[in-house]
Amino acid sequence: MPKTLASKLWDSHVVRQAAGEPDLLYIDLHLVHEVTSPQAFEGLRLAGRRVRRPDLTVATMDHNIATSRAERPDEISQLQMRTLEENCRAAGIRLYGVGSRHQGIVHIIGPELGLTQPGMTLVCGDSHTSTHGALGALAFGIGTSEVEHVLATQTLPQRRPKDMAITVDGELPLGVVAKDVALGIISKIGVAGGQGHLVEYRGSTIRGLTLEGRLTVCNMTIEGGARAGMVAPDETTFAYLEGRQFAPRGAAWEQALDHWRRLVTDEGAAFDREVVIDAGRLEPFVSWGTNPGQSVPVTGRVPEPGSETDERALRYMALKPGTAIQDISLDRVFIGSCTNARLEDLRLAATVVEGRHVHPKVRALVVPGSMSVRAAAEAEGLDKVFLEAGFEWREAGCSMCLGMNPDILQPGERCASTSNRNFEGRQGAGGRTHLVSPPMAAAAAIAGHLVDIREFPGQAG
Amino acid sequence: MTPFVKHSGRVAPLDKADVDTDQIIPKQFLKRIERSGFGEFLFFDWRKDPDFVLNRPEYQGASILVTGPNFGCGSSREHAPWAIQDYGFRAVIAPSFSDIFRTNCLKIGLLPVQLPEATVRELMRADEVTVDLDRLVVSADGVEHRFEIDEFSRVNIMEGLDEIGLTERREDAITAFESTRPDWMPTVKGMR
Repeated sequence: MPKTLASKLWDSHVVRQAAGEPDLLYIDLHLVHEVTSPQAFEGLRLAGRRVRRPDLTVATMDHNIATSRAERPDEISQLQMRTLEENCRAAGIRLYGVGSRHQGIVHIIGPELGLTQPGMTLVCGDSHTSTHGALGALAFGIGTSEVEHVLATQTLPQRRPKDMAITVDGELPLGVVAKDVALGIISKIGVAGGQGHLVEYRGSTIRGLTLEGRLTVCNMTIEGGARAGMVAPDETTFAYLEGRQFAPRGAAWEQALDHWRRLVTDEGAAFDREVVIDAGRLEPFVSWGTNPGQSVPVTGRVPEPGSETDERALRYMALKPGTAIQDISLDRVFIGSCTNARLEDLRLAATVVEGRHVHPKVRALVVPGSMSVRAAAEAEGLDKVFLEAGFEWREAGCSMCLGMNPDILQPGERCASTSNRNFEGRQGAGGRTHLVSPPMAAAAAIAGHLVDIREFPGQAG
Repeated sequence: MTPFVKHSGRVAPLDKADVDTDQIIPKQFLKRIERSGFGEFLFFDWRKDPDFVLNRPEYQGASILVTGPNFGCGSSREHAPWAIQDYGFRAVIAPSFSDIFRTNCLKIGLLPVQLPEATVRELMRADEVTVDLDRLVVSADGVEHRFEIDEFSRVNIMEGLDEIGLTERREDAITAFESTRPDWMPTVKGMR
């Protein structure tokens, strides 16, 4: 029987199947960070259990790490990071902590180190684990009880979700990038549209994206309600992986390739749900409300509220229906996060800001996704482009995406952000977030208000 | 896990859709390394409003939260169900839940009960509701509503079972599976 990619990944990891029980799935890689793991390690200790496979477990610090050498995390953040260090040392888990040249946001460093590979199951106590599906892995976020379960047994009991295909076909118009594809999908299906499903992204647009672009699309899967999103591995995937630190080499690489090439949805395999998007009709998107589904094209206006949720969002965002999106002025710009802080994102943003200057009333921040991204960006002089334009150039971490470290919005401040969530208070209590792509964020920083990248001087061609 | 068999309690109606886990427990409280004590920070920002449901005298002591669709969307933070449970809630009733949030609830014995939107609306107006996991019914004002939950979770929650312990009984199957894993898959040895 023809199978979907998700079915192939699922079925090849079932350790045990029994009627009336969830499948017991083997987990090939478990990524750990400081925020959702301490209680799991404590649970193991209390029960007298050990970490079963420290060699399939990798840790980093990202959520509350300081992104400036001038700042120190508060006491309680320091205790949390120290706890991760102690837990990793006791269990023999590799930790890319403060000071490591590989430290970074957990979803940036997995692919970057070649740890994330096609055909794998991968989990992490973080909802944006869906990111890793871009390489053809079954990757999803879990809570702390499940983190403990994986640490103890390297498995998870899971019920098989349904299959959903999101097909994006056609050539992306100029100025429209992977982030706009993600926001376009979510504004179509809604924030609960993917609930109970594993999503496979298909179609010529997805095939045409770089691996980094696919990571952005898969990252935002959870914002559409599905735990996992994936793209079948292809030459783009293999070219990205080859030569990376943990990628197989030599004969093992060839063996792996033979296996990976079979990881595609078979002709005629059925999906429970299918959504089709015409790439040619996508525009640069901007969120106006307090969830990522509340997004419109940059040429649009703040909509009339259609529900109580919309009304609440408008009140929180201090916006009036009918306001042109491009008339919304800004106090802050954030370029960063597991959605959009890879080298390609920084290059796209740097192209826009080169030779220009950040608007005098805007404070703008660039936070590379990892110390490796930071080093690579510096090697090609991107740091200078940003600094000369008046951006702050920071060290790697989650930073203002969720504001667990000192990088937060003040109450009432309005920010164009390349991150993934515009929930109330997400970037700081009372802060107002507009989700955009890296080039749109860069252009907004220069203009001082939201602006259509396609009409930005020097960008049209 | 806290076992749950049957519980009767007062309802707190939170009539909002898409309540995300950032609202349930904001990020500044995720820095703690303990599993308890999150209840006082539940809905931290919304509780600044004196009219917020949890601040109103008629809902003091409520132990069943009744709310809108897609409850618990966003972050995977288990701190969200910890906070709801620590505050004193035993069950959450909604037309739908986000996938990760629902799983997190099931792991700690905070019962997520999914019912049709019209039924949830009725329950928001009830004073006291009984949730019976043994019979799979929610009752209020003499009317019973059936709900569904998978049998594995139902038994685990009723008995307060340790799921890790259950999986540990499958050690032979896990070891056998491990012996079939391809050699090229990455392993990472030791601290750095």
